[in-house]
Amino acid sequence: MRHPLYLLGGLLLALISLPGHGADYLPVPGGRFRSALPVDDKPVTVAPFLLRSQPVTNAEFQAFVSRQPQWQRGKVPSLLAGGSYLSHWADPVRPGDIAPNIPVTHVSWFAASAFCESEGARLPRWHEWELAAAADAQRADARQDPAWRARILRWYERPATGSLPPVGRDANLWGITDLHGAIYEWVEDFNGLFVTVDSRSQGEQKTLETCGAAALSLDDRENYAILMRIAMLSALAGRDTLSTLGFRCARDVPATPPAAAPIKRETS
Amino acid sequence: MKNLLKVTAVATLTALASLTVSGAVNSQKAPAAVKAENLPVIHQTLVAPPALPPQITRKTPARVVVELTIEEVEREIAQGSTYTFWTFGGTVPGKMIRVREGDTVELHIKNLASSKLPHNIDLHSVTGPGGGAPQTLLAPGQEGVFSFKALDPGLYVYHCATAPVGMHVANGMYGMIMVEPKEGMSKVDREYYVMQGDFYTTSGYRAGGLQPFDMQKAIDEKPTYVVFNGADRALTGKNALKANAGEKVRIFFGVGGPNLTSSFHVIGAIFDKVYFEGGSRYQEHVQTTLVPAGGSAIVEFVPKVPGNLTLVDHSLTRAFNKGAVGLLAVTGPDRPDIYSKGIIKASSAAATLPAHGEEGGNAEPPPHDKAPSHNIGQAVFEKNCVACHQANGQGVPGVFPPVANSDFMQKNPEEAARIVLGGRAGEITVNGIKYNSVMPPQDLSDNEVAEVLNYINVKYNNGKPVLTPEQVKKLRATK
Repeated sequence: MRHPLYLLGGLLLALISLPGHGADYLPVPGGRFRSALPVDDKPVTVAPFLLRSQPVTNAEFQAFVSRQPQWQRGKVPSLLAGGSYLSHWADPVRPGDIAPNIPVTHVSWFAASAFCESEGARLPRWHEWELAAAADAQRADARQDPAWRARILRWYERPATGSLPPVGRDANLWGITDLHGAIYEWVEDFNGLFVTVDSRSQGEQKTLETCGAAALSLDDRENYAILMRIAMLSALAGRDTLSTLGFRCARDVPATPPAAAPIKRETS
Repeated sequence: MKNLLKVTAVATLTALASLTVSGAVNSQKAPAAVKAENLPVIHQTLVAPPALPPQITRKTPARVVVELTIEEVEREIAQGSTYTFWTFGGTVPGKMIRVREGDTVELHIKNLASSKLPHNIDLHSVTGPGGGAPQTLLAPGQEGVFSFKALDPGLYVYHCATAPVGMHVANGMYGMIMVEPKEGMSKVDREYYVMQGDFYTTSGYRAGGLQPFDMQKAIDEKPTYVVFNGADRALTGKNALKANAGEKVRIFFGVGGPNLTSSFHVIGAIFDKVYFEGGSRYQEHVQTTLVPAGGSAIVEFVPKVPGNLTLVDHSLTRAFNKGAVGLLAVTGPDRPDIYSKGIIKASSAAATLPAHGEEGGNAEPPPHDKAPSHNIGQAVFEKNCVACHQANGQGVPGVFPPVANSDFMQKNPEEAARIVLGGRAGEITVNGIKYNSVMPPQDLSDNEVAEVLNYINVKYNNGKPVLTPEQVKKLRATK
């Protein structure tokens, strides 16, 4: 990729700064990125960041609600988690028949944010998520490959009736798995995606819900899979939960001295 | 008034959660404040196309409450081929809404929890930005309410406007709303609701199995299917539209698209009136009317003689190769003064292979009833087979397989009959050469199928008659 240094620094950091338990945060190099949601019609610049390699699972979320009972179903205020919050679990503290190693879904944005905070992390921002999800196993940006796009698109076409696959599938170039073909994912700024700081342009930018406006404000219009993800996020409020909506967390890369020697990253 | 719900929802969420909400519809129920006007409330029951709600007899405005459920469903796009449709009300096109000019429409929309995608609705009958789309963007499991005043009469398309909108529409998310003028519509005997749509699949026309959406074909505007009411043959066979001769028929015709316009035509009828573009004025004595994507027309005509009238997009390869065909079956007494039986005979008694296009000679007496058996087979062959398999059954190398001197015909007469009955798509090997084309099912009687195959076997394969109508009947039952 264009910024080997980012990669390098991030990798070192990840190895140093991870807390002891399960969750694996891997470095994703930033850089200038052509987003489907450009800012002022320009590519965006994404700082390097660390991303949880896998979505948060039922088992991990179960541990979280036992540590922080205020996030248990029935205890959390409905303002922060809608009626179907964890509704698929057998009871407020156990998933029951739901497999422990599949992504947790039916979680609100507020609950997801609280979980990430408990790991010393935050939800990824849209542009971070989009950049990480642009990679396939070999390429940092596979979005121009029609075959890859078509494969991703398949998932969106099927109604949400089947059960979810276990996490850990389809690691991409950065080692991040399950970005496609499993769940929608919350992002930190899901609600501000369509508002620019320039109030004069808000009238145009905010109306993504109408087709004409969407055609005007969206870039990368041939990437239907990403557009559907954006449409879904724009349809949500922070308390909403869905059977197909989960999350993973991200961390900033703390300032660090430049690394001494290049390290080659292994890809599987 | 129009934005009351949205404003309330946004205000609630913003105040309580310090979030800006971008067009989201609150899943809570509509506030009672929407009942500001003192109009009688009417709940409209929606029905599956080609049916539609009855004509409106009301002379005063009302508040019409409509409930529409958004469902993603897998069902047949052609016999043996399925597709994942996204629908309003579980049907393609979406169920028709019918109101009167000046009515207030209160739309309750629900997106089923089993949906994978968010959806919304943009009604062309709405005056205001987005046509209702911003107010109705619903994630799976959410429901919302949107009301608008039907200011202008006409036949309007509605559709989903969620990005990528082309794909939502390509998957069947369109329907129509009829806003009747204040003075009402003239009385007719039959009303039908038909919409044309183009569908894009990775595999070919009638390829079988679940056919996935093909994004590139959609962008290139190269549809696999162009069909009426959401499926190949949705309006044929037992699903054909019906009328009696002399009845006044009105078709509410629309094009969902997403891309193609329709040259809408009914073979064997002349439209007495066409309310072109779904508006208030009409043209008279129309053969074919052009209907844009996202547009409509109301056509009225009176079939006068019995038989099948065929609805087509007169961009004809769509009709004959992609499915844009429907039938209106008309019953009633013959009217030879309007429509004679016609007479066709060979111009020379010795001719063995008369070509098409010879003069019929209308003044000739009718032919004898009992023609020798092989003549039925020959007639069927010339009418149905020669266009592709050629006049002497030799086929077109690499395109249409031969039926003359054909190992396939000689070895598999029953399979040949199955193909005639049910059509066939995909690879087939004849005389050692591979063909990969499509043959549509032939609309023939058991006797005609037996006759034509026997004719081919005797005349072109030095064989004997091999099939009886009874055998064909059995094959038809088991196909």
